[in-house]
Amino acid sequence: MRVQVQQADFDLTTEIAALRHARPDLGAVVAFIGLVRDMNAGSAVTELTLEHYPAMTQKALEAIATQAKHRWDIEDVLVIHRVGRLIPSDQIVLVAVAGAHRGPAFQACEFIMDYLKTQAPFWKKEQTPQGAHWVEARNTDQAAAQRWEKS
Amino acid sequence: MALTVLYFARLRENLGTAQEVIVGQSNLTSVAVLLSFLRARGAPWQAALSEEQGVRVAVNQDLAQGHTPLNDGDEVALFPPVTGG
Repeated sequence: MRVQVQQADFDLTTEIAALRHARPDLGAVVAFIGLVRDMNAGSAVTELTLEHYPAMTQKALEAIATQAKHRWDIEDVLVIHRVGRLIPSDQIVLVAVAGAHRGPAFQACEFIMDYLKTQAPFWKKEQTPQGAHWVEARNTDQAAAQRWEKS
Repeated sequence: MALTVLYFARLRENLGTAQEVIVGQSNLTSVAVLLSFLRARGAPWQAALSEEQGVRVAVNQDLAQGHTPLNDGDEVALFPPVTGG
């Protein structure tokens, strides 16, 4: 399991190669990449700044990844989340899950993203032609995380 | 009794502070009591920490609730709902 918070960009091919290294038991890798969009809530976005709570971020992400490992039959988890200034089309986050079979890997990857969006201490501030503003949390993200509590 | 209180994102901007140490307030025994204490400072605290703003709290880097107890030396972080990912 590897969790990294960094300003620098990441390379999917390199990261997946590291995740798969010397693991002939793996049959599936599921990866999700979140990107900066140039539009949000009807406004053009020119730049995004991601703030976080450094002392808590690593701990929160590791707790989420550990929960996923306990809940599903998966072998490994990688989470990379960027902070600082980003522009549209930039990569923000990578969640990759490796396992013997695709089913648990797909589910664990979605679970980690849903929990990351509602529990990990990151905040986005968008720059738009109308000025800068903090992004509001979305109820749909809350609902997405809550559905994992039932099943 | 000393509590380190951290403020993030919109809260940090609205309150004009990122961090403070509260000392000598031995009655601050839970998150809920601390929030009431801070709101009683008046504007802008009352508005920034109102229920409608949806303030989230972490104690020693773990998400906490109103009833979460506070102890000497704790690090309490106050922030808006998170928006990462």
